[in-house]
Amino acid sequence: MNWISNYVRPKINSLFSRREVPENLWTKCPECGTMLFHRELADNLNVCTTCDHHMAITPRARFAALFDGGVFHEIAVTEPLPDPLQFRDQKRYPDRLRAAQRETGEKGAMLVAEGEMGRTPIVAAAQDFSFMAGSMGMQVGNAIIAGAQRAVKLKRPFVLFSAAGGARMQEGILSLMQMPRSTIAVQMLKEAGLPYIVVLTHPTTGGVTASYAMLGDVQIAEPNALICFAGPRVIEQTIREKLPEGFQRAEYLLDHGMLDRVTHRKAMKDELVTILRMLTGQPPAVKGELPSPPEPAEPDAAPEQSSAPEPAPKGDAKA
Amino acid sequence: MNYLEFEKPLAEIEGKAEELRAMARTNDGMDVEKEAAALDKKAAALLSEIYKGLTPWQKCQVARHPERPHCRDYIEALFTEFTPLAGDRNFADDHAVMGGLARFDDMPVVVIGHEKGNDTKSRIERNFGMARPEGYRKAIRLMDLAHRFGLPVVTLVDTPGAYPGKGAEERGQSEAIARSTAKCLEIGVPLVSVVIGEGGSGGAVAFATANKVLMLEHSIYSVISPEGCASILWKDAEKMREAAEALRLTAQDLLKLGVIDQVIAEPKGGAQRDPQAAIAAVGKAIGGVLKDLKGKKPEKLVKDRRQKYLDMGSKGLAA
Ligand SMILES: [Zn+2]
Repeated sequence: MNWISNYVRPKINSLFSRREVPENLWTKCPECGTMLFHRELADNLNVCTTCDHHMAITPRARFAALFDGGVFHEIAVTEPLPDPLQFRDQKRYPDRLRAAQRETGEKGAMLVAEGEMGRTPIVAAAQDFSFMAGSMGMQVGNAIIAGAQRAVKLKRPFVLFSAAGGARMQEGILSLMQMPRSTIAVQMLKEAGLPYIVVLTHPTTGGVTASYAMLGDVQIAEPNALICFAGPRVIEQTIREKLPEGFQRAEYLLDHGMLDRVTHRKAMKDELVTILRMLTGQPPAVKGELPSPPEPAEPDAAPEQSSAPEPAPKGDAKA
Repeated sequence: MNYLEFEKPLAEIEGKAEELRAMARTNDGMDVEKEAAALDKKAAALLSEIYKGLTPWQKCQVARHPERPHCRDYIEALFTEFTPLAGDRNFADDHAVMGGLARFDDMPVVVIGHEKGNDTKSRIERNFGMARPEGYRKAIRLMDLAHRFGLPVVTLVDTPGAYPGKGAEERGQSEAIARSTAKCLEIGVPLVSVVIGEGGSGGAVAFATANKVLMLEHSIYSVISPEGCASILWKDAEKMREAAEALRLTAQDLLKLGVIDQVIAEPKGGAQRDPQAAIAAVGKAIGGVLKDLKGKKPEKLVKDRRQKYLDMGSKGLAA
């Protein structure tokens, strides 16, 4: 491989991912108040260098750090109907959607890509909290289905980073229907014998937690991430008592048996590689920063027609 | 009779007729039947008028009407040999969820549903139909049982939503809902679901991911309550009328969107005015669907069910 694809392209990729903080030179850590130079923060994957607070990170920035040499190929997602309910609150939904698309430069709240991570080919999906709070609309469901189908086709593990304030209310019932739809995507992976790992990031709530984000073969969370079905405010209003310290945070869920691990963002890649290589029976990986893969990954394919997989035979239902 | 706010004009007329008749009973020789009958006629016309044009918010109130028949009423009237089966084999038996073996038209089935209760004591015992993780895990267990022995599953949906409580969250509300939805998608037996009152968000999806989803004419099914949606999107919980409108939560709109398969007509003035007629209509509809699904191969039932959800969202409301 030549110097350009090994060295220059990844750099360009990672520069590209930092596009969202061009003028703002400083970011204040919401947790400890330290002023962080944006470049330094981006190099630390948006984790505060003083207190280790994990701030939101865009799917592109995450993928740039996750995939070897920052190289990945986006997987096309079937575009949903733009405004199926003709929803209008104080603003029209199409206007809100366009504003989010302008702000983030993304089509929707979920980005799916394929590439290599520690020389391990994977398909990954990441939810974008900066896109309408990552809310689960039809694009999110379509992206998960497209990612799962691609993973099945390429026989690769699927890694999903969740982050959502909940449902996309402007898509009403069709937002809710992404719970079964994304669950079918998870079932496609399971039936193909492929690992599905969920990384829950701050915050993962509502119908997202109550569907694909809780169905992983392995469940990992980032430190201090809020992970819940009902949010703490709703619960406090319902039961009228103060909730314990750390309630619904990653470490609390770990303690209550709801997660396998809580892992620092900077250690996540190595951990995912270690786990996936064991699950798929591959030898231990070379750890650390790797240049982009020697061969370009398969180019992005058009989304396939969604079709239900052949179900497991009767009497063999999996829990 | 418990009158809803928009039924007040009706309450006045019906009240007057009642008053006249009461007066006649205590005064011999007083003949009021003609006047009373005229009032009855007026009331009947008004009732038809009101129920023909219910707004989405009015439908929410009807769907939540305390005198509407509940899960237990349907089970008692439509099924024989109902044998409740309790518990999740892990923590508790959740009384918000009823379930067990029963016969429908002599055919053995598994029936599962949310029960709200019908007086203060039973409402508290049933937690107002808001299930905890144990309720979903009981349902999972019963669906597994149905799958193993080839029994069709009937679910009756009537819940404001899953319970937002401290213990519920600690014991994995999200995971329980996710697994219940997944189970609905896995079982190789006919699964028919009827929304008889409120289909509240993830708590409903966990039971209502079915081969056929039926809704009573004035029931609702939504990603969020209109009050909740109003307080988030309008920043004013009093805007629930607008939110109910925008969410498209009525059976009629959901049929147009392809999210449900059939609307079951209610007796004039809603199911609460004539529970027997409403229950009979639901029974007839369930019988029809079970007949259609009878004899289908387990693999086909699962495949069709999944395909229905994968295809969902391609249909918007006509402008
Ligand atoms: Zn900090």
